[in-house]
Amino acid sequence: MKKMRQNKKTEGDDMADISAPAAPSAPDAIPKKSLDLLPLALPLVIGLAAWLLIGSTTTWLTLTLAALAMGMMVFVIASGLTLVFGLMDVINFGHGAFIAIGAYLAMTVLAPLSGWVQADNLALNLAALLIAAVVAMIGTGALGLVFERIIIRPVYGQHLKQILITMGGLIVAEQLLHAIFGGDQKSMALPAGLRGAIIIGDLALEKYRLLAVAVGLAVFAAMQLTLNRSRIGLLIRAGVENSEMVEALGYRIRRLFVGVFVAGSALAGLGGVLWALYRETFTASIGGDVMVLVFIVIIIGGLGSVGGCFLGAILVAMMANYTAFLVPKVALASSILLMVAILMWRPQGLYPVAKR
Amino acid sequence: MADRIPAEPLLRLEGVHTHIGQYHILQGVEFDVPEGGITMLLGRNGAGKTTALRTIMGLWQPSRGSVTFEGRAIGGLTTPEIALSGIAYVPETMAVFSDLTVEENMILAARSGPLDRKRLDWIFSFFPAMQKFWHSPAGVLSGGQKQMLAISRAIIEPRRLILIDEPTKGLAPAIIEGMIGAFEALKRETTILLVEQNFRFAASLGDTVAVMDDGRIVHRGTMTALSADEALQTRLLGLSLDAHQ
Ligand SMILES: Nc1ncnc2c1ncn2[C@@H]1O[C@H](COP(=O)(O)OP(=O)(O)O)[C@@H](O)[C@H]1O
Ligand SMILES: [Mg+2]
Repeated sequence: MKKMRQNKKTEGDDMADISAPAAPSAPDAIPKKSLDLLPLALPLVIGLAAWLLIGSTTTWLTLTLAALAMGMMVFVIASGLTLVFGLMDVINFGHGAFIAIGAYLAMTVLAPLSGWVQADNLALNLAALLIAAVVAMIGTGALGLVFERIIIRPVYGQHLKQILITMGGLIVAEQLLHAIFGGDQKSMALPAGLRGAIIIGDLALEKYRLLAVAVGLAVFAAMQLTLNRSRIGLLIRAGVENSEMVEALGYRIRRLFVGVFVAGSALAGLGGVLWALYRETFTASIGGDVMVLVFIVIIIGGLGSVGGCFLGAILVAMMANYTAFLVPKVALASSILLMVAILMWRPQGLYPVAKR
Repeated sequence: MADRIPAEPLLRLEGVHTHIGQYHILQGVEFDVPEGGITMLLGRNGAGKTTALRTIMGLWQPSRGSVTFEGRAIGGLTTPEIALSGIAYVPETMAVFSDLTVEENMILAARSGPLDRKRLDWIFSFFPAMQKFWHSPAGVLSGGQKQMLAISRAIIEPRRLILIDEPTKGLAPAIIEGMIGAFEALKRETTILLVEQNFRFAASLGDTVAVMDDGRIVHRGTMTALSADEALQTRLLGLSLDAHQ
């Protein structure tokens, strides 16, 4: 019944278009993409509610910056994973391995650069971090290529096997890190220039959190630019919606997928560097706690949606930070509660991706 | 001219069997698509027409038999390889990328480089809606416009063979009339294998015809002959075609 009415309406539209190609009567009737802004209100609502409950604006600002920093790190890690899932329906529980490998690689690179790290010179500090991040990304990207070949490729289209074998891959990677670097807790100190906070009145903005936010925003902007302005990006978006049709147009979706997998692994490596510096100490299982949040984020964002992933990461981090202050006992459960609430509202996530 | 079948067809299916999972769907499909003009693939719902097109396109792998395109066996090739060999595909679902604009859909379909302005104007001449909605996301188009986009994508660059699956499904008669004009323009420059349920549409466009039932070809011949023989139509196609519109 509903469908019939829909058909009638669309047919009417067509007739108008064909019989009047010039369409002089309704030049403004061209449909544009209606931006779905409603989910964007969520962080504002949650932020406002937290502000009322907390009662102190400076505390609220500190917590909000902490949430944004954490959200950006989770986003950097999650963004590749959501595309990998969207494009090839691959569930990769091994993603956390790249977080840990990124952290260990950065630690290894920063050790001989300790002069730069401890120098009282922000440019040198940042240069050291940049080198560490680039090496970590190249390393995890290359390992991603290997991981895709030997772990993922044999189990395309078989979800249960994917879960088992990628978890196995994660365990192997963690044990290898222990064997190479030793099982003790590692530490990675923040460079001198990034310690402490910028004080504005009685407001303290931690420098490293500002850096994490900046890096996260840069990654988000670069991804949006790639996805919207480049041919590869268009292919990725098209492939997330209908990979079969992308192949029927003559493109090798596997190659595209390998590229996305490598980029996603490199981003997880970058996220690992950021996360390890944030916590300053870590072990090979550093990926474990954050991966729980990452999976929640890609589910509430809408599997395959980078924009949804970005928003979801911010929401999860806000909930985590506000509840940790207001009701510490439920801090852990808060992200699960958020996920349940959002899925009750939108079962496919905040920004569902059209699937064939 | 259309009634004569050349010695070497553009596409030939010989004894093609296709399994989907445990189901044996195509059971020895044999037909030719001669070079030039429109070959109609007709048959009741569930006869296996979509499965035949998907098998040609490599979206299902034939379990037996051979698919030959321009004298070359394409049966074991991957879908992108088959597409690159010169076959375009307009699936039954249209499969427009709804998140992408009409322009972006076309950009992806034009593999070999930037969009050819002349060719685009040619397409706009029979699908003016594509020009009008050039910057709109394909998801907001109506059913008929999505169909036009799906066909435009297949023809934005010259291809040797175009497979089109039920382009008139669910469309109003006025739009179907418009489609006929488009196909007439198209068949002057390329070869089309067209699956169709609307017999009037099929009869007005088709040159050669193959009819499927239960995963097999049950009739081959010219469209003129089939149009003239109502008893044959009823036997082969039942009432489903008329009931469709
Ligand atoms: N993905 C599939 N899985 C199982 N059976 C299928 C699938 N696709 C098609 N079939 C079956 O194959 C037969 C032919 O289908 P199809 O090729 O779509 O027919 P047509 O296009 O002629 O209507 C039908 O009986 C249908 O149920
Ligand atoms: Mg069909």
